Amino acid sequence: MATMTRDETQALIQEVLEVYPEKAKKDRAKHLAVNDPSVEQSKKCITSNRKSQPGVMTIRGCAYAGSKGVVWGPIKDMIHISHGPVGCGQYSRAGRRNYYTGMTGVNTFGTMNFTSDFQEKDIVFGGDKKLAKMLDEIEQLFPLSKGVSVQSECPIGLIGDDIESVSKQKTKEHHKPVIPVRCEGFRGVSQSLGHHIANDSIRDHVVHNRDNDTSFETTPYDVAIIGDYNIGGDAWSSRILLEEMGLRVVAQWSGDGTLSEMELTPKVKLNLIHCYRSMNYISRHMEERYGVPWMEYNLFGPTKIAESLRKIAEFFDETIQANAEKVIAKYQAEYDAIIAKYRPRLEGKKVMLYVGGLRPRHIIGAYEDLGMEVVGTGYEFAHNDDYDRTVKEMGDSTLLYDDVTGYEFEEFTKALKPDLVGSGIKEKYIFQKMGIPFRQMHSWDYSGPYHGYDGFAIFARDMDMTINNPCWNSMKAPWLKPAEGESEAPMAASA
Amino acid sequence: MALRQCAIYGKGGIGKSTTTQNLVAGLAELGKKVMIVGCDPKADSTRLILHAKAQETIMHLAADAGSVEDLELEDVLRAGYAGIKCVESGGPEPGVGCAGRGVITAINFLEEEGAYDDELDFVFYDVLGDVVCGGFAMPIRENKAQEIYIVCSGEMMAMYAANNISKGIVKYASSGGVRLAGLICNSRNTAREDELIMELARQLGTQMIHFVPRDNVVQRAEIRRMTVIEYDPTAKQADEYRQLAQKIIDNKNFVIPTPISMDALEDLLMDFGLMEEEDESIVGKAASEEAVAA
Repeated sequence: MATMTRDETQALIQEVLEVYPEKAKKDRAKHLAVNDPSVEQSKKCITSNRKSQPGVMTIRGCAYAGSKGVVWGPIKDMIHISHGPVGCGQYSRAGRRNYYTGMTGVNTFGTMNFTSDFQEKDIVFGGDKKLAKMLDEIEQLFPLSKGVSVQSECPIGLIGDDIESVSKQKTKEHHKPVIPVRCEGFRGVSQSLGHHIANDSIRDHVVHNRDNDTSFETTPYDVAIIGDYNIGGDAWSSRILLEEMGLRVVAQWSGDGTLSEMELTPKVKLNLIHCYRSMNYISRHMEERYGVPWMEYNLFGPTKIAESLRKIAEFFDETIQANAEKVIAKYQAEYDAIIAKYRPRLEGKKVMLYVGGLRPRHIIGAYEDLGMEVVGTGYEFAHNDDYDRTVKEMGDSTLLYDDVTGYEFEEFTKALKPDLVGSGIKEKYIFQKMGIPFRQMHSWDYSGPYHGYDGFAIFARDMDMTINNPCWNSMKAPWLKPAEGESEAPMAASA
Repeated sequence: MALRQCAIYGKGGIGKSTTTQNLVAGLAELGKKVMIVGCDPKADSTRLILHAKAQETIMHLAADAGSVEDLELEDVLRAGYAGIKCVESGGPEPGVGCAGRGVITAINFLEEEGAYDDELDFVFYDVLGDVVCGGFAMPIRENKAQEIYIVCSGEMMAMYAANNISKGIVKYASSGGVRLAGLICNSRNTAREDELIMELARQLGTQMIHFVPRDNVVQRAEIRRMTVIEYDPTAKQADEYRQLAQKIIDNKNFVIPTPISMDALEDLLMDFGLMEEEDESIVGKAASEEAVAA
């Protein structure tokens, strides 16, 4: 049950909007909504994927972040050049914790930063020659790399560098794909366009590479994991469940993924999408061109896991369906024990989320498994198809906030008084200083995995140790606390 | 005398570089200390002063040395005829990179290295035809050129460009001290050209500071990579440039221009017979339609 009525939540939105000038107020009002799970189309209540208002503190990223940081970056056996000045690549280096196996610097390159390190002269005279030289050096120094993607930073688009022709020429010379990606940061309203651009470049340069090659032996149980970035090992704790069901996971996109896995994906029987927002484009393409159907799933918390495994199994034969039941049964003792241990400590706790592609709706079930309630949620860069899916997951009269501003987020939190806020590193210390327990829900606060049954155990532990941490009782200085009477000896207080 | 910084703008091919160098030669002859800053990737703003094909530019030298911080002022400054200091900003080949950024970098370098010393009386910026981006507006931003001269002729597109450049000046005039100082008519021998440019100048709120007649001696000097004043000091044309130089020295007529509307410009061109009265009935009619109507 929501703690606020529809009218109260609406009043809160109005109150928070009050400080804005007229024009900003009108715009922001469209992005804030009281949830009504019965609504079929979210566009009736919330607007999304629009330009942020000038002057507000938005939490969004850029197109380069969407392409290099999210979609392309985790492909481990390719080298991803941050083409432009050094900062974009260096400050985002290894920040997303996309785990992978391999020998970094030899056959995998995930945590390394490759940049063309633009100088003034590269801006004035263009960076094409430098890019060509860099590609030659990469081929010489890292011969086991399987290909290169050229991730454009802003200046590339401004000066009109022809990265396409350099890429084409070097693809021919080195017999390895060099893929130009036009993900200049200033394009679009958020990182979302970067996902789309990255998907399109994979469509144009990767998925059709083995169209006429039948050497890959397929099975009726081939699937691909799409949109799992293996943050803290998420894709691994997901993959094992699919494999235990008797499915063969041919590819992981893109956490711990490889170029060859992407090339083989059109040959699978079913694409399984975890992050719909960032990879629905390529999934739709494979459906249209290769007839590979796709299905969304959710591996946060035992309820959603069981639902998803059954839904996936339904696509296959009775063996797989029986296996799914076996898997669910096999782990039941484990997750029952976790719920038994943590639910009494977390029951009734309220959570507010503000994250990226799928988590603002996908994690709700996991919290509910622990007896917790998500009272507010929102996305940095969602489109309305994401909100269509979200309104059904959220309780009635709960709060939805799209592209929330720093100010709104703080005010909503003060009013809703949640027991936990889950968002990113930029938000973490603000809320902690307000005395509110906080978890980073992009990086799992350097913990994880949270996907699958194994992940649920870690998730439950992490939420407990954050919310029930004794430090929250020490937020007030001892001398500001009310005196406790006879036990208050002056010597003891100063000790 | 305080340093005066002037920028020369005008339609591409109108003769900005030629006019600038010839008039600067006139200033130098009158004992003025002048520096020319070429702001065009073509780097042809100083060849008549230096007798060179194209001066080595700041940006090319910087690229060779590593970065602009690796350069010294003496690496980029050349002295030519009558001690005129010459520098070219330089930039990329057509179709690559960012020429505007080259201008910004080069001018910042000159400032930081103290190229604008107390000895100088005049700096002339010779700027690429159109102010296509922020980089080419660099010379007229704050603390740079205060006086703008627009080279034009009695041709429609040249006047159109002059009006557009005036619009650009208005934008920067409101935030800084840049002013329009006059139109220089570089004659193409069109009919009533002087009257036409004087009228345009009047409507823009400025003056035609000088009418430079057409004379083949300019081309003869140019083939020899020389200014007229150096090639043939006795030529009548040399006197024209001397007069222009003197008028610039004496010039006090600095205004915020009043650019005119497209209609007003067309009216002006029609008054002088450069343009026919528009026949609205033929707009959008293909030849075939006209044939049917006839």
